[in-house]
Amino acid sequence: AALKEGLRSQVSAALKEGRVTPTELCQRCLALIKSTKFLNAYITVAEETALKQAEESEERYKRGQPLGVLDGVPIAVKDNFNTAGIETTCASNMLRGYVSPYNATVVQKLLNQGAVLLGKTNLDEFAMGSGSTDGVFGPVRNPWSYSRQYKEKSVPKSHSEDKESNWVITGGSSGGSAAAVSSFTCFAALGSDTGGSTRNPAAHCGVVGLKPTYGLISRHGLIPLVNSMDVPGILTRCVDDAAVVLGSLAGHDPKDSTTIQDDFKPFELPNLTDVSKLSVGIPKEYHAPGLSSEILALWSKAADLFKNAGAKVVEVSLPHTRYSIVCYHVLCTAEVASNMARFDGLEYGHRSDMNESTESMYAATRREGFNDVVRGRILSGNYFLLKQNYEKYFIKAQKVRRLIANDFVKVFRSGVDILLTPTTLSDAAPYLEFIQEDNRTRSTQDDILTQAANMAGLPAINVPTALSERGLPVGLQFIGRSFQEKQLLTVAKWFEKQVQFPMIQLEEVTRHDNGVFQYQKSASFS
Amino acid sequence: LAPWIPVVGLEIHAQISSNSKLFSGSQVQFAAPPNSLVSFFDASLPGTLPVLNRRCVEAAVMTGLALNCSINKKSLFDRKHYFYADLPAGYQITQQRVPIAVNGSLSYSLCIDNKMSQMVTKTVRIKQIQLEQDSGKSLHDDTRSQTLVDLNRAGVGLMEVVMEPDMCCGEEAAAAVRELQLILQTLGSSQAVMAEGQLRVDANVSVHHLGEPYGVRTEVKNINSIRFLAKAIDYEIQRQIEELENGGTILNETRAFDSKLGCTVPMRDKEGKQDYRFMPEPNLPPLILYDAKSLPANVNHQQVINIDWIHERLPDLPSVKREKLVEQYGILPEHSFTLLNEDGLAEFFESVVKQTQMKPKKVIGWILKDLLSYLKQHSLTVKESPVSSFLLADLLNLLEKKEISSTAAKQVFAELWKGEGKTPLEIVKEQKLELLQDQKELEQICQAVIDGQENEVIMMVPG
Repeated sequence: AALKEGLRSQVSAALKEGRVTPTELCQRCLALIKSTKFLNAYITVAEETALKQAEESEERYKRGQPLGVLDGVPIAVKDNFNTAGIETTCASNMLRGYVSPYNATVVQKLLNQGAVLLGKTNLDEFAMGSGSTDGVFGPVRNPWSYSRQYKEKSVPKSHSEDKESNWVITGGSSGGSAAAVSSFTCFAALGSDTGGSTRNPAAHCGVVGLKPTYGLISRHGLIPLVNSMDVPGILTRCVDDAAVVLGSLAGHDPKDSTTIQDDFKPFELPNLTDVSKLSVGIPKEYHAPGLSSEILALWSKAADLFKNAGAKVVEVSLPHTRYSIVCYHVLCTAEVASNMARFDGLEYGHRSDMNESTESMYAATRREGFNDVVRGRILSGNYFLLKQNYEKYFIKAQKVRRLIANDFVKVFRSGVDILLTPTTLSDAAPYLEFIQEDNRTRSTQDDILTQAANMAGLPAINVPTALSERGLPVGLQFIGRSFQEKQLLTVAKWFEKQVQFPMIQLEEVTRHDNGVFQYQKSASFS
Repeated sequence: LAPWIPVVGLEIHAQISSNSKLFSGSQVQFAAPPNSLVSFFDASLPGTLPVLNRRCVEAAVMTGLALNCSINKKSLFDRKHYFYADLPAGYQITQQRVPIAVNGSLSYSLCIDNKMSQMVTKTVRIKQIQLEQDSGKSLHDDTRSQTLVDLNRAGVGLMEVVMEPDMCCGEEAAAAVRELQLILQTLGSSQAVMAEGQLRVDANVSVHHLGEPYGVRTEVKNINSIRFLAKAIDYEIQRQIEELENGGTILNETRAFDSKLGCTVPMRDKEGKQDYRFMPEPNLPPLILYDAKSLPANVNHQQVINIDWIHERLPDLPSVKREKLVEQYGILPEHSFTLLNEDGLAEFFESVVKQTQMKPKKVIGWILKDLLSYLKQHSLTVKESPVSSFLLADLLNLLEKKEISSTAAKQVFAELWKGEGKTPLEIVKEQKLELLQDQKELEQICQAVIDGQENEVIMMVPG
């Protein structure tokens, strides 16, 4: 087994060999979810169905017929994916209590592989935000707030200060999923990524966050934010695991006309040792205003790492980067205004008691159901879509989007294989500090390093790199060529091996550890 | 007073005849129990996505080709936003920027002076044909202050056919729509039955003086038959002329046709002008169609549509059918119109012709005068005719062989109509309608008549 590099070690092997059963694994995760409830990472915990799935998985293992590597593996899903029979809320009053009659394709695929769905994770309402602080179920807390690494470094301003108030955000909008993976309550989680919503919280929570190429994974069942940019995101504790999950999700879905028709073949990642043929691009525009000196230094160090290992490291330019935020806001709000039009209280979801007329019922329902952030984006979006503004804003933004996408095309055509950039401007901010600025301001600031990849539809991944001075995770981002996930993940895996990011030291996890979590600590199930 | 020139354009929505809806797999069926044909997508459940129905695209291509349009090899889908109870998503998916077919024409014929003896052919330009979703139905229950919504129709495929304002009156519009209806039915792309909502027509009407720019136009909706279409348009033209001659102005508004009162009235639920905030539909890539030249080599034929292939398989359009009838049977053009205008009548005619020695030119009279008038009187379709083509052919053979007179034949026909299962010959025998062929016998009868009318004869002879 040691000879087979990168293959079935840890969890999958343990399940196969019966060293641990799916039921035990599920129970441990459920117990840990309970004891980390203060993180507020989960909106719904599907205890009964999860245990049932675990039971069924166990039967399969007993018969020696597991469905695959994911059989019996506990996973979590962001609460903007439809899950049949389990509430799907998008962290909004509009969908509180909404139980969908169908599974999103990606959810169905995971279930078909025997994965155990533990529950739905918390997010910013309708995935709008970069902190996971603006959902109706409250903010998600970054597990690292409670890590020894962070506690050691944080100096309380006064003795009376409640250390509880010092907790830091997860980033967003897939904060719940990132926190769930980071705190070991599941082995992998689905997020979504429209402007960085998987990579941003991955960076802040010290986990791997993969944004696949647009069109590779089905969006059927993912409640959309921006249809032309959304992708399902994958959060795991190591790059190999991300590859396994990707393998089970990617491929054409006839229910989603924006997925490519080409056959997708799941792959295993080679253990790259020689990077001399690799050309890494460093886009100078990603030295963005507000980038912390810490992260700048880390980024530089990483570039050196590649250089010293023999790779070709070149500075490149993506000149239209600075227009991307404005462009994103126009296109995003326009699509949001459109996508949210269906929430009128008639067919499903919240319906106001106001019933003087259909119009007044619509208006009241939408005022009651949506938070300020959503309503703000709807109003902006409708403004941009007005006939008199359409050309000036929407069309213009589409043109700028084309320019941004072309920047990448040019750079990749010039011989660069992969781009290396920071993922976030700094490490995770304390919640109290974060909420000083409004959602829009924060999103504007935080999306800058991630959302160009969404504009261009390119695959990108956050790899946890090092701890900041405050003891919090900092990650770096790799952006690859369209549909070249294998190359992207191979390089990411090499990098991951070089940096040896430390494991989070959480009290709660240690408490529950009685041998089972050694698999989790090793951070790999593939 | 300078003459007014009325200008009429039409927007026609034809429901596509298909098993399932335009973007989802739920069934298309008329008069099903409410909300029994609604898929998750039709109900706009969050996270659902549109998937284009191939059959609907083929129907639109067929229709575009039949109307001499250019088929756009690349067309796009857009969202048209407005809030209404029967529009679950808050937007309709349509083709606003680049529709599937453009720049066609439709030829139709009218009789001058209602005489059916002089037909004139006119042409109306087809601006475009676009694919779009139908909405659901909402019923307002004022007594209980509630609105009932049935989404069975939501998402059914429509072809919107836009006819340029090349028409001048209700009669022209009616004739154009009738011809379009026949074409659609021949193609099978739409059943186009107005009574079942499969064909809906809105008219754009304005008037102006020669040499001056077009007047302000109104849109007339809620027209439920071709007959009402002509009425509504003519009323509106008259109304506008009267208004303008009295010094008034025409508002650019939408008016509904009230069939009971025979007039148009302003529709009150349109508040001001709507901005539909059109936006490209991001979940549907551009629709690419191919022809023989552009078809890629290794392609899955399930996944592509070849315009030329469809063109080759188009059935004979009504105009061609009419020409063939005239040529083959020597009937008049106006006869061919009537034949095609009545569902099944042309087939009936041809069937009779096959089964009788009587010349088609004479058969046609029986079909168009006798059969058709009986059908109309009893409100029956050709299919429901108690007189089959076989029976009629039988009767016409008797007439042709001079075994009965034409007067007698009409009597027999009336008897056949009772549908008692008797053959023409049986009826002739029963009612003693045989023509006497024997000269001597005839003379005897005539003599007997004359003998009985001596006075009249004496009066007649000198003159």
